Amino acid sequence: MDSANTTAEPEKLTKKALTADHPTWCPGCGDFAVLASFYKTLEKLQIPQEKIVTIAGIGCSSRFPYFVNSHGLHFIHGRALPLASGVSLSRPDLHVFAFGGDGDGFSIGGNHLDHAARKNVNLTYVIMDNFVYGLTKKQTSPTSPLGFKTKTDPTGAIDQPVNPMKKLVYGGATFVARTHATQVKHMMAMFERAIKHEGFSVVEVLSECVIFFPGAFDQANPRKGGEFVTIEEKKWDGTPEDEDRHDVSDNSAAFALANEEWPGRFGVYYETDRPTKNKLEQRWIDDMQKKVGDASTADLLKQRFAAMK
Amino acid sequence: MSATATSAPKSNADDSSSGDITDAVIRFAGNSQDGIQTIGGFLAKLAGRSAREVMTYMTIPSTISGGASIFQVHLASGEVLSSGDEADFLFAFYQHSYDAHISSLRDGGILIYDSDHVTPDLEDKRVRQVGVPITSTTIEALGGSAKDRGKNILVLGLVTALFQLDRSKLVSLIEGQFKRKGEDVLRNAMVAFDAGYAYQIGDLHGESFNLKAGAAGDTDHVTTDGNTALALGLIAGGVRFGAAYPITPWTTIMEHLRSELPKHGGLFVQTEDELAAITMALGMSYAGHLSMTGSSGPGISLKMEALGYGTMAELPLIIVNVQRGGPSTGLPTSVEQSDLMQAIYGSHGDAPRVVLAPINVEDCFHVAVEACKLAKQCSAPVFILTDQALATRIEAFPEPDLEQIVIEPTLATETRDENFVPYPLDGETRHAPPGTKMAGGKYPVVTGLEHDAWGHPNGSPEMHQKMMDRRRNKIIKLADDYPVSEVFGDDSGDVLLVGWGSTWGPIREATIRAREKGLAYSSMSIRHLNPLPNDLGDIFAQFKHVIVIEMNDRGMYGYGQLATLLRAKYADPRIISITKTDGLTFKIKEILQRVETLIS
Repeated sequence: MDSANTTAEPEKLTKKALTADHPTWCPGCGDFAVLASFYKTLEKLQIPQEKIVTIAGIGCSSRFPYFVNSHGLHFIHGRALPLASGVSLSRPDLHVFAFGGDGDGFSIGGNHLDHAARKNVNLTYVIMDNFVYGLTKKQTSPTSPLGFKTKTDPTGAIDQPVNPMKKLVYGGATFVARTHATQVKHMMAMFERAIKHEGFSVVEVLSECVIFFPGAFDQANPRKGGEFVTIEEKKWDGTPEDEDRHDVSDNSAAFALANEEWPGRFGVYYETDRPTKNKLEQRWIDDMQKKVGDASTADLLKQRFAAMK
Repeated sequence: MSATATSAPKSNADDSSSGDITDAVIRFAGNSQDGIQTIGGFLAKLAGRSAREVMTYMTIPSTISGGASIFQVHLASGEVLSSGDEADFLFAFYQHSYDAHISSLRDGGILIYDSDHVTPDLEDKRVRQVGVPITSTTIEALGGSAKDRGKNILVLGLVTALFQLDRSKLVSLIEGQFKRKGEDVLRNAMVAFDAGYAYQIGDLHGESFNLKAGAAGDTDHVTTDGNTALALGLIAGGVRFGAAYPITPWTTIMEHLRSELPKHGGLFVQTEDELAAITMALGMSYAGHLSMTGSSGPGISLKMEALGYGTMAELPLIIVNVQRGGPSTGLPTSVEQSDLMQAIYGSHGDAPRVVLAPINVEDCFHVAVEACKLAKQCSAPVFILTDQALATRIEAFPEPDLEQIVIEPTLATETRDENFVPYPLDGETRHAPPGTKMAGGKYPVVTGLEHDAWGHPNGSPEMHQKMMDRRRNKIIKLADDYPVSEVFGDDSGDVLLVGWGSTWGPIREATIRAREKGLAYSSMSIRHLNPLPNDLGDIFAQFKHVIVIEMNDRGMYGYGQLATLLRAKYADPRIISITKTDGLTFKIKEILQRVETLIS
């Protein structure tokens, strides 16, 4: 099995190498563009193919791992993040990606999202938000707007929708961005910054379900008569106009942006540098290993047994 | 194979006259904040150093601090198989301790009560009553500021003198324990110990009970509880990563692993909930490590969906269930064996897995090591079913041969060739963890959907059946390599008592008692519960009655959970059932009486 090790030259990662099964999404689904942007970003960053891990729960967008030719895992509904955290924390050499939709991330997996954010596990999470349950054919999602008629809310949704940006900033995610599946260049820029960020980085992509919620994001799509307004980040150049630009490290400013009227602005809402759980745990492991020196497992267990005599 | 039935531990039936004794059951009853567990802990450690056998039993109140608590120590120079049906000695610290536990003292037993707090029924001639002003003597000895803190150590001094235990060994144990807490603490402890040791118990007229050491002289046995033994076994077996959520009585295993694994380059993570715990552990397994999770009762129920994924994706995972009384929140600090069916059949769909159950504290270590081996061998989840009694009680046992046992884990990320097939229909699972280069250029996606040999989703009727066969058969095959089942007593006879898990001790002791009376009883405890050993049918065939004893309910059809399984497998009407769910371990005479009623 070792034979290939010696022959392996560092190969250039291409979109072609990353392409796997043809996606099973409906024609016109926003997720196609997300996938293409992901390929292109990886191609640009040249991450070794064997180090890429794509992980997802259940939902239309959670089919993602089948469509990327990398190590991948298609898990159960709502639990992609703790699974991805287990991979990240036990294998710091890997680049871990989690994918999913609004139901998987904000509803059944909502608690995991808060805790992965709080722990600042080093991984990148892409949420393809379509405001509706598509795989099960049009039920209310946690981001469905009030009044949206579904099979579970025939007279219109009545529950206050989740505000993804607020939830993520409040939860403690250290990189929080919002983009739109029709804006490929912007999406790629967000992916690139998320991947380069050390810590828990999340990109919410508004990705239209053309079957069950067509036109949901038209107001932010210039081709459909909407306006795609991006966040202007501070340049720290001391100019008067810089005063009005967004400071990504200011979480109050991020909340203010998140409170803006629909469709709001796109870009990086929040970014901060906080030690990852990976780093903090590794520090402890290193300290402990220094303390025990080169004692073998058997030596260490013997010490434990000796203390119990 | 049959082991020799040695003679039963002798209870000092010759009333409480002084002299040499070989066996004593001592119950300390007080409040949890009095540190009565400390007395028991010292006595257990002493036993481990003196070739005495020991088994302890304790109750922990469900309140956060305070509340009634007991610690029972069974010390003997022979084999100790249970924590004792009745106490020979009862130390009662409070009136409520006396009221609640006087009935646990055997006829002719000795009650030693704190005369500062307890007024016993002086008319009760069933037991001997000895009053000692434990609280005021402690306050007098230590001076005002410590109040009565230290009366546990004073009682330890009393016990040392009363049973003529090895004073110098106890002093060194006390030094070992209290030195870390500072000179003042150690000095106070020694003052309290000496005051107790020197105290003349007037009513006993200088009587003492020389609890003889075992024939082997000094030993260096390990004394510890089942949860600690299990955690160490997991490390020895190669577990370096895991995740869990706290719940009684599982928690001490995760505390232990959280502190210990970093020394071995590993990591144990406390997660936000039980679902995240098993999920994170599966993530660590997928990443190429042998990893584990665990919980008790309600927590295990929450893990069930993800556990099925472990079977489907064929990932190795150890899952520990420290069983407690259920259903629901149930009896969090009581013992029960009611999760066997869940361990074997839980989760939706047909999700075969391995289930093992340790029989005593020492076995917790060895079963953990075996679980690691089996999980890797079949690349599937392996359940370890232990229980509240095993988790918390202390026993002494010889140190395992670590050099022989310890497995150093490796990460198998060598490049896989073009012919890589993760789930060959006729071969072993070959997982390629991330980081592995795939020479063929095609990278694997692990899935919970039904899939073909390459892991590609495939829900065809034919493929689902073939893969179901594959996942089942690789588990069944494990039984071929099991050790031969052990029968205690003769290989044939009237009655075979069958148990699993922590009932091993009481069942074995009941067998010894019955054989002493000339009854043709034998017994066995099944450690491999799924798949069952292949040789059980032949063993059962040699007995008139096969009686399965377990701490769970008789259910709809009159049989406990293991009995139901054995009847399903062997369709043998001689297999009958004794069950109970009172939250207590089986007593010896309870077993013997119920067996007698059942077969007469």
